Amino acid sequence: MGVEIRVEGLTKSFGRQTIWQDVSLTLPAGEISVLLGPSGTGKSVFLKSLVGLLKPDRGHIWIGDRDLPYLPERDLYETRKLFGVLFQDGALFGSMNLYDNIAFPLREHTKKGESEVKRIVMEKMELVGLLGAEHKLPGEISGGMKKRAGLARALVLDPEILLVDEPDSGLDPVRTAYLNQLIVDLNAEIGATFLIVTHDINTARTVPDNIGLLFLRELVMFGPREMLLSSEEPVVRQFLNARRAGPIGMSEEKDMSELEAEAKMGMEVGKLPPIAPQLMPSDGRVRPGQAPPGAWCAAHGVTPPPGSFVDDLGRNWVEEWPRYVASMGHSSAAGHGQGGQQPAGGAR
Amino acid sequence: MSTPGIGADQREGRKSGGGNAALRKISDGATNVAIKEPGRFFALVLDTFRAMFQWPFQWREFIQQAWFIVSVTVVPTMLVAIPFGGVLSLQVGGLIRQLGAQSYTGATAVVAIVREASPLVTSLLVAGAAGSAMCADIGSRKIREEIDAMEVLGINPLHRLVVPRMLACAFIALFLNGLVSVVGLIGGYVFNVVLQDGTPGAYLASFNAIAQLPDLLQAEFKAFVFGITAGLVAAYKGLNAKGGPKGVGDAVNQTVVITFMLLFVENFIISTLYFQFVPSKGM
Repeated sequence: MGVEIRVEGLTKSFGRQTIWQDVSLTLPAGEISVLLGPSGTGKSVFLKSLVGLLKPDRGHIWIGDRDLPYLPERDLYETRKLFGVLFQDGALFGSMNLYDNIAFPLREHTKKGESEVKRIVMEKMELVGLLGAEHKLPGEISGGMKKRAGLARALVLDPEILLVDEPDSGLDPVRTAYLNQLIVDLNAEIGATFLIVTHDINTARTVPDNIGLLFLRELVMFGPREMLLSSEEPVVRQFLNARRAGPIGMSEEKDMSELEAEAKMGMEVGKLPPIAPQLMPSDGRVRPGQAPPGAWCAAHGVTPPPGSFVDDLGRNWVEEWPRYVASMGHSSAAGHGQGGQQPAGGAR
Repeated sequence: MSTPGIGADQREGRKSGGGNAALRKISDGATNVAIKEPGRFFALVLDTFRAMFQWPFQWREFIQQAWFIVSVTVVPTMLVAIPFGGVLSLQVGGLIRQLGAQSYTGATAVVAIVREASPLVTSLLVAGAAGSAMCADIGSRKIREEIDAMEVLGINPLHRLVVPRMLACAFIALFLNGLVSVVGLIGGYVFNVVLQDGTPGAYLASFNAIAQLPDLLQAEFKAFVFGITAGLVAAYKGLNAKGGPKGVGDAVNQTVVITFMLLFVENFIISTLYFQFVPSKGM
């Protein structure tokens, strides 16, 4: 059920250009985390570093007792079997049809017979809504279908860690919503650790347990969703509310004079919108890794803004949660919160 | 928790760069060409040879690639070999007639074509047709993130893609070399007999007067080495393609240029060594 990833002091540069430095965070086992950041802050580079496709200059990525950047090649390939990765445009093999693409990891790494392979592939294709498109080539389908096929391929080996690069790019809002729901459902079903790289705030507001924000070569903040959504930190506040007012400028950052001018014009971010409730698995399951709503805030003495855990129907999920868990008959999920203690990660 | 004054240090860093930027860019470029690129290429070569002995060998890919290389090279090879043989026999035939050694036209044509011309034509085709196609294929996979996806799925792209391509290229180069020899000789024969009024008997009788079996073997050895080299350069450039479709175009361009240069140098080295170690046949 999911694997914890501990990142310590990770630094990456291309030539003289530092992409990010001293990034430390812990992706808690079985939880969904989202990494946000303006375009070009190296979110995808971070994701690729996590699977060992790019070697960081310094720092460690601990998966269990294995330090990924320093593993010998053989162990690295072995460790990668824990991962499923959905690349930005699916990264399907252009010479194979969708069925073969999705069956590829099974044929490579398992000794399953062709009928078993077919059963698993069809199951995953149904999951992502691609039944009937088995014989299409990646060149013949739309971007959204490629992405879903890529997700199916990432899922066939039942990964412990799923990394998703911009699930929303090039998708319409409805399909994005479906895909987000699918991610939450998947997490409930397989309990894998998820990291989603995106700059879609709706995704960030509704899907994850934790949010991280990269800006200007630094990890500005990483912590539970509610903490970042109610954060007073200007960069976090600006980004999560998609305002022009704040330290993030069009190209990179704004200087002091621009910020002062903004303040004079009264462009500061006003009252924050209430924190949207987290997506629940669509068939009402409790996600195995999920901490109870408000647990982190309670443990750290943070008062969530009014309306934080209230959904459309006016239910307060902090109060609703134990009842919900009980009604689902999951005792383990309630226990997982460990009396309001947020699983490792916390803020930097 | 928060990071106050984010970016202040970076802002200063950026200002101090200034003056020597152009110089630094040139020196960066020079180190890149002189040290980094050859170093990385060498690393890829070592990794590829290591991957060559990994089980299981990708027979399917090997056969598909071999067939693909045949399909892009056979016709151009023949079309290049015919005029090549013709030109050689025109040049050499004229010279030989002036020396009064018409009876040796066949012998000179065989030596020129088998020893030198056919490895050269093979190298042109292997680099220009096979290498460029291979680089375009691997490069486009790279920019579509297929290579990354493959690595993430726990599969070594060197083992899966590069080794079968490299060996297919070398394998087919052996046959291409043979093809060029045969077609070139036929072309030479036709030109000699039809255009230069040579006698068929003289051409055929002196066939093995100077040439010997090691000539053919060294040519085949050259072709094999050319195939390996072309495959490796194409793989290296393809795997390092970046920056979208234009990046693939650049990689293909560089592959062809670099492969040509390397193959001509290799040809020179192998020929020199050959003449040092294998005595010419006495007449």
